[in-house]
Amino acid sequence: MKLIFEKGAPGRTGASVPECDVPVEHDLPNSLIRSEDAALPEVSELEVVRHFTELSRRNFGVDCGFYPLGSCTMKYNPKMAEAVGDYDGFRELHPLLPQLPGGETLTQGALRVIHELERHLCEITGMARFTMQPLAGSHGELTGIMLIAAFHRAHGDKKTTIIVPDSAHGTNPASAAIGGFKVVPVPSDENGFMGLDAFRDALDDRVAAVMLTCPNTLGLFNPHVKEIADLTHEAGGLMYYDGANLNAILGKSRPGDLGFDVVHLNLHKTFGTPHGGGGPGAGPVGVAEHLVEYLPISTVEKEPDNTYRLRYDNKRTIGYIAPFYGNFAVLVRAYAYILALGREGLIEVAEHAVLNANYVLARLRDYYEVPFGEQCMHECVLSAVRKNDVSALDIAKGLIDRGFHPPTVYFPLIVKEAMMIEPTETESKETLDAFCDAMIELARLAESDPEALRRAPVNAPVTRIDEYGAARELDLALL
Amino acid sequence: MSYVPHTDAERREMLETIGASSIADLFSVIPSALRTDVDDPDGSTPFFDLPPGRSEMAVRNRLREFADANATDVVTFLGGGFYDHFIPSAVDALAGRSEFYTAYTPYQAEMSQGFLQAMYEYQSAVCRLTGLEVANASLYDGGTGLYEAMMMAARVTRRSKVVIDGCVSPIYRKMIESYVRELDIELETIEPAINRTDRVRLLDALDDQTAAVIFQNPNFFGVVDDFSDLVEAAHNSGALAVASVYPISLGLLKSPGEMGFDIVTGEGQSLGLPLSFGGPYLGFMAAKKKHVRKMPGRIIGAARDTEGRRGFVMTLQAREQHIRREKATSNICSNEALCALRAVIYLSLLGKHGLKQVATTCAATARYARRRLTGIPGVELLSDAPTFNEFAVRLPVDDTAEVVAPLLKHGIAAGFPLGAYFPSLRDCLLVAVTEKRTRAEIDKLADELEAAL
Amino acid sequence: MTDVDVPDEILYTAEHEWIRVNGNTATLGITDYAQDALGEVTFVELPAVDADVVQGEEFAVVESLKAASDIYAPVSGTVIEVNALLEEEPNRVNESPYHDGWLCKLADVPDADLAELLSPDQYRALLKTESS
Repeated sequence: MKLIFEKGAPGRTGASVPECDVPVEHDLPNSLIRSEDAALPEVSELEVVRHFTELSRRNFGVDCGFYPLGSCTMKYNPKMAEAVGDYDGFRELHPLLPQLPGGETLTQGALRVIHELERHLCEITGMARFTMQPLAGSHGELTGIMLIAAFHRAHGDKKTTIIVPDSAHGTNPASAAIGGFKVVPVPSDENGFMGLDAFRDALDDRVAAVMLTCPNTLGLFNPHVKEIADLTHEAGGLMYYDGANLNAILGKSRPGDLGFDVVHLNLHKTFGTPHGGGGPGAGPVGVAEHLVEYLPISTVEKEPDNTYRLRYDNKRTIGYIAPFYGNFAVLVRAYAYILALGREGLIEVAEHAVLNANYVLARLRDYYEVPFGEQCMHECVLSAVRKNDVSALDIAKGLIDRGFHPPTVYFPLIVKEAMMIEPTETESKETLDAFCDAMIELARLAESDPEALRRAPVNAPVTRIDEYGAARELDLALL
Repeated sequence: MSYVPHTDAERREMLETIGASSIADLFSVIPSALRTDVDDPDGSTPFFDLPPGRSEMAVRNRLREFADANATDVVTFLGGGFYDHFIPSAVDALAGRSEFYTAYTPYQAEMSQGFLQAMYEYQSAVCRLTGLEVANASLYDGGTGLYEAMMMAARVTRRSKVVIDGCVSPIYRKMIESYVRELDIELETIEPAINRTDRVRLLDALDDQTAAVIFQNPNFFGVVDDFSDLVEAAHNSGALAVASVYPISLGLLKSPGEMGFDIVTGEGQSLGLPLSFGGPYLGFMAAKKKHVRKMPGRIIGAARDTEGRRGFVMTLQAREQHIRREKATSNICSNEALCALRAVIYLSLLGKHGLKQVATTCAATARYARRRLTGIPGVELLSDAPTFNEFAVRLPVDDTAEVVAPLLKHGIAAGFPLGAYFPSLRDCLLVAVTEKRTRAEIDKLADELEAAL
Repeated sequence: MTDVDVPDEILYTAEHEWIRVNGNTATLGITDYAQDALGEVTFVELPAVDADVVQGEEFAVVESLKAASDIYAPVSGTVIEVNALLEEEPNRVNESPYHDGWLCKLADVPDADLAELLSPDQYRALLKTESS
């Protein structure tokens, strides 16, 4: 398929620019004007529409079919939330408006959304306050690390390390390192949990925090999580909760009650906002009472007269981490989602997310190796390892030919040929059965005709792409 | 409404396959003292309380009420890096296709060719606009993008001192200050000479430890500059030159590539993204090709499939957190793909001619606004430095709040009071226009302002 | 791991690097085992000629599709030559780890550093324990 730059004709345009009703002249000196116009496409509106419509047809989303990408919670994104997110009163609002004298009164609805979403997230997680500003999960992690650093600094403690289990998402060690800490990885034990003995060995008074995903990336809930939190607190460290997997325990258990001091959530995972092909997400960060005074600028406060205002003077704030109030249009959608589901709905989410994952695990355990655990929470991890060299990648590509998005493969790193399957609660039994049937067929094919699997996919717009060539040639733009 | 499709019969069948007697069994691993879904009258176990769920109509009504509690009829002259540009209908129609917005990161290239190609086209458009050779598939916003550019320069040069022009957005400068607090980065800010870069002091700050020199064009005060001389000076001291730019202005203005910049970032909100009370926005980043391995974020590359057809994949992943973990170039995992998609659709629709037309209209409208406002007795420009679509005026008041508040009551957001970030500029207002502002709106602003003074 | 090549005439480290000492200079590379574990190499970042490398510090990066491996200097010394061939053909590291795929040559290597290296037999024993 051609690139948009390879279409059209010189002189053509798809633009309908508002009429300029003042003299069309500028007074910028020539030395400040570009020597050549930027070589953007010269195409009609219809050409643009056909081009991107065709591209959309070469793309697969949750609306196209089953998307069990582990750790990403690819649940259905309700259309209702899209509709409310697009209301003009949200969409057209300039972020500087509330910062003008008298401007807050013109943005009360938006500030109220932020405030009420914050209250709901506090209730759901058991935390004291949230900042809505982090623009994605990993941004939330970095914010959390900055809060932890500020806390220890204010207490005069020189903490230098952060403990991260080896099953953690790559963002955990990366965020800790970028936040200025040394990462101490702790190996998993034979049950797939951070080994308690190894953890005790790693824990000392230099540890600023322990970052845990709970349930972890193997889809397992660590029954010792409270004990780990207590030990960490005794050693003067803080507990960080990576909320990537909150869907599993939504309404069932709260990170705050489990002993976590800092929590980030991925609204695009747990709270049904679209993943957008890789973003925008939102990664609000919740904190326990003793960390509230460090939260970033600004926070939304509700006044006794039921008005809302922005507060900029948090005593020991870590400062600005985002230009404004977070990915607001994402926050609106998540708020609408929580309103629609309510308390019982959120509990149903966790129950069916866990039911679906266990069902897939039960149906596939005779066909694929299950490295850890009899049961799982919201996702299960299988291994594609077998005697011949058919890989997890081959199974993944075979799934593509059968109309399914593959699971996450090669993660977590501690499982060889890992396939991490997260069905989510919005998938029906028929869908799960069709997927499991395909997985079983592929397991058989891996034995009977491995070559056929290595050729897959054959039903996609392209076959396997030469990733080595891509990394060598580095053709990153049409200049 | 939880969007869960299961019937009772299905639940029973599934539990039977699993070998569990109830759904509660599946949660038995969580100690009961830590469970929140059981109402415990004596309060010894935690319990979480939220309102019951609501119908779609009820949710929409409530959110409509909140949306209507915000003012949508304000004529805005606010900018500060975030602009009220016109968005063609086709942008919403195409980016609203759910094959795009319900997808995730294109880990499986064969199923994601649509987004991958769009991101390759986006990268190409960013390169063509900025005049640099490579671009990534987007970062969170212009501020985090600038922070990432600074860290990238530190990695490339293996140095830790950063010189930042005080004319860079104070919002971004405050963000950067927060991010480096715990890091081994020495930040030196060069105070502006009124509303432009203080070249003498900036050159003086450069030394053999400088990793990066950071500028913004047009700067926060709207002033347009040619930084070629300072870029050369940065290179002579072994530092990289970093620019934060306003992409619409590049329809007209000399590109950062022409000035020799090494890394260019910016806020892409103006490229077809609604203002949305602060986000989601779009951080774009372009660089010289020799630095690409130090770049953060997703990067899409073109290659061939086994049949020899062109296809697209995420490439250079060995830089990223899922492989390099604590040694990654950044902790960034996702990007703002949907926002980048809007930007490339917008840039395709406007194209070579449309973007220039929008930029020219902005500059012409600003020229008209400048003349009208400075025609008011006592109102003057901060300096005679050239500006694009935004400019700062000094008003004959102690504090611009005195006039901003009453004008706002009349439905005009007259501009941003510079005193919020620059205490010495409490009598100054930053006024922005776009192609959406009409002569009549500007006349009204001028008349009301004159009346309020 | 039976088919991993461990030539006799050179020295090794536990981090899967090799060193060939020739008079005053030492040539460095990564072992057959290391290249196999990394997969096809896409890029090699080498130090500048004349740079001083310090034992135990990172001096090169070898990237493949699935991994980026920092290479730590097994010995100290001054870089006198780097393998320019790898710029265009980084997969020589895979094809010929001990010959065409060398990384760089060092001068002024302290004898004490060399004494800490593993003999071929010691390295083979290490591989055996790692694979078991």
